[in-house]
Amino acid sequence: MRGLRKLTWTEMKLFFREPMATFFTLGFPLMILFLFGSIWGNKPAKEFGGFGYVDMSVPGFTAVIIASTGLIALAVTMATYREKGILRRLRATPLRPHTVLGAQVMVFFALTVFGMILLIIAGLLVFRLRFAGNALSVFAGFSLSTLSFFSMGFILAGLMPTARTAQIVAMVLFYPMIFLCGAYIPFHILPKTMQQFAEVLPLTHVVTLLRGLWMGHGWGEHLKEVGVLAGLMIVCVIVSAKTFRWE
Amino acid sequence: MESEEKTEPERKAAVRVEHLRRVYDSLVAVDDVSFEIYEGEIFGMVGPNGAGKTTTIECIEGLRRPDGGDIEVLGLHPRRDGYALRPRIGVQFQEGALQERLKVCEALDLFSSLYPRSTDWEALLEQLGLADKRDAHFDKLSGGQKQRLFVALALVNDPELVFLDELTTGLDPHARRAMWDLIRGIRDKGKTVFLTTHFMEEAERLCDRVAIIDHGRIVALDSPENLIRSLGAENRVVFTTEEAFGSQQLSNLPGVTRVEAIGERIVVYGHGDKLVVEVVNALTSSDIRFRDLRTEQPNLEDVFLTLTGHEMRD
Repeated sequence: MRGLRKLTWTEMKLFFREPMATFFTLGFPLMILFLFGSIWGNKPAKEFGGFGYVDMSVPGFTAVIIASTGLIALAVTMATYREKGILRRLRATPLRPHTVLGAQVMVFFALTVFGMILLIIAGLLVFRLRFAGNALSVFAGFSLSTLSFFSMGFILAGLMPTARTAQIVAMVLFYPMIFLCGAYIPFHILPKTMQQFAEVLPLTHVVTLLRGLWMGHGWGEHLKEVGVLAGLMIVCVIVSAKTFRWE
Repeated sequence: MESEEKTEPERKAAVRVEHLRRVYDSLVAVDDVSFEIYEGEIFGMVGPNGAGKTTTIECIEGLRRPDGGDIEVLGLHPRRDGYALRPRIGVQFQEGALQERLKVCEALDLFSSLYPRSTDWEALLEQLGLADKRDAHFDKLSGGQKQRLFVALALVNDPELVFLDELTTGLDPHARRAMWDLIRGIRDKGKTVFLTTHFMEEAERLCDRVAIIDHGRIVALDSPENLIRSLGAENRVVFTTEEAFGSQQLSNLPGVTRVEAIGERIVVYGHGDKLVVEVVNALTSSDIRFRDLRTEQPNLEDVFLTLTGHEMRD
C-alpha cells in the first residue's frame, strides 16, 4: 500500500514536470472553452434542448480530456517506460504488476477529474454554467468512459513497438475523434456520411452520454452508450491482458 | 594449491545453479551452466559480450524463465518464490533507466518505500558521492552518476545478495576504482555479490572467485590466482642493458627456463616467486648495469585466451 501511494504521488509530480503534456491535457481544453465561449456565449438554444453552448461544452470537452489522457498520455507513458526499461526495473522490486499499472491508472484518472473540475470552475465563474443532472450519475458515466478509454490506451502501449509509434497511432486515432465526436463541431452540421462514421467512434458515445447525464437524462435513455463503452472496456481489458509487455 | 582445498568444503551456498539452459529462437544463450556462489564472496562471471552473462544473472534474479535446469537463491526458487526473494536481493541492470525528470532523492525515497525493510538512503548518497546531486533530475546525470544511482537503488533494501550486471561499463578508470572499493565494502559487511563484467582486469582485482563463460558455457571456475597458476605459464623478467652479456649467467639460475636477448632487451623466462630476486642478485653481483627492469605475469586474459582459443574482444 505504501508503495502504491508513493509511486502514484511520484508519477503525479512527474506529469506536472512535463509542461507540454500539462498544457495539452489541461490547458488546451480550457483555452478552447474561453475562446468559443466568448464567441458563442452561453444563451439557451433550441438545438441544445434549452441549454447554452458552454453548458454543452463542459461535458463535451471533458470527453476530449478523457481521450487525451487515455489514448495519448497513458499509452505514451507506458510505452516509454517499457522502452526505457523502467517497467522492468519496477518489476525487480517487490511491487506487484497490478500495483505498477494501478498507480498509472490512478494518476491519469485523477488528472482527468482535475481537467473536468477546471472546466466546471471556468464555466461557473465566467459563463454561468447550468447543470440539471445528478452529480453522482455524471461521475459514474465519467468513470465508465474514462476507464474504457484507459483500457484502449493499454492496448496501444502493449502493441506498439516503441513510444514514438504509440504516439503517432494515438494521434491518428485522437484527432478525427475529437473533431467528429460533437464536442467541438456540432454533430448536426456534419454531412450524413460523416455522421454515420462518427457514430462508430467511441468518443461520440462518451460525448452523448456525458451531455445527456449533464442535462438530467436518466440512464434508460443512454443504454446504447453505456453498452458500447462497457463492452469496449471488457474487450480491451481482455486484449491488453494478452498483449501487454513489460519489456 | 593445497591451502585452497582446506577452505573449500565448509562454505554455505547463497546461489546454486544446476544445468541451467536458456534458448532464444535457435540461439543457445546458456548451455548446461552449473555453479555455486558462496555466502560472503564476490563472485564474478566474466566473458565477452553475448557470452550469456546477462541471461544467467536474469534467470537467477527470477526475471527470466530458464528452459532447463534448477536454480536456488537464498534457499528459494527465484520464480515460484519471487516475491519472498525480491526483498532480500538487490538488482542493478545493465542498461537501466529511470523517469527523466525523477530527482535522485525521489528515486531513493520511492524505491525504499517499496521494500518492507530499507536502509538510510541519505547515507548511501553520501557514500556514493551523490549527495550534491540529490535534487538533480535523472536525465541531467552523467553516465557514472547514473551507474552510482543504480548501485544505490540496488542497496536501498539492505539486501543479503547483490546482483551487479556490467557495473563499471562506461566508467572512467578513476570511477571504476572507486566502484571496486565500494563493492569490497559491500562484501565486508557480510553480503554476497554476484557481478558480471567483460573487463578481465576487474574480475582479477575484485573477485574472490571467477567463472569464465564463453558461448553460453562455463570454461573455468576458480579464484583468479588459481586460474592463472593453473596455466603453468612462465613469468617474465624484462630489462635493458648496454653491456656485453653472456646469457648463460642467467640461464643457470634456479627457476629460469630460458633467456632471450633481442638487441639490448633481455627477457628471462622462468617459474617461482623468487625469479626476479635471483635475476637482480645475479646482475648486481656480476656488476652488470641494467635499466627498465620489470616483471610480466600471466593474467586472466591469458587464461581466457588459452581456454577458448580466442581473444576477449572479437
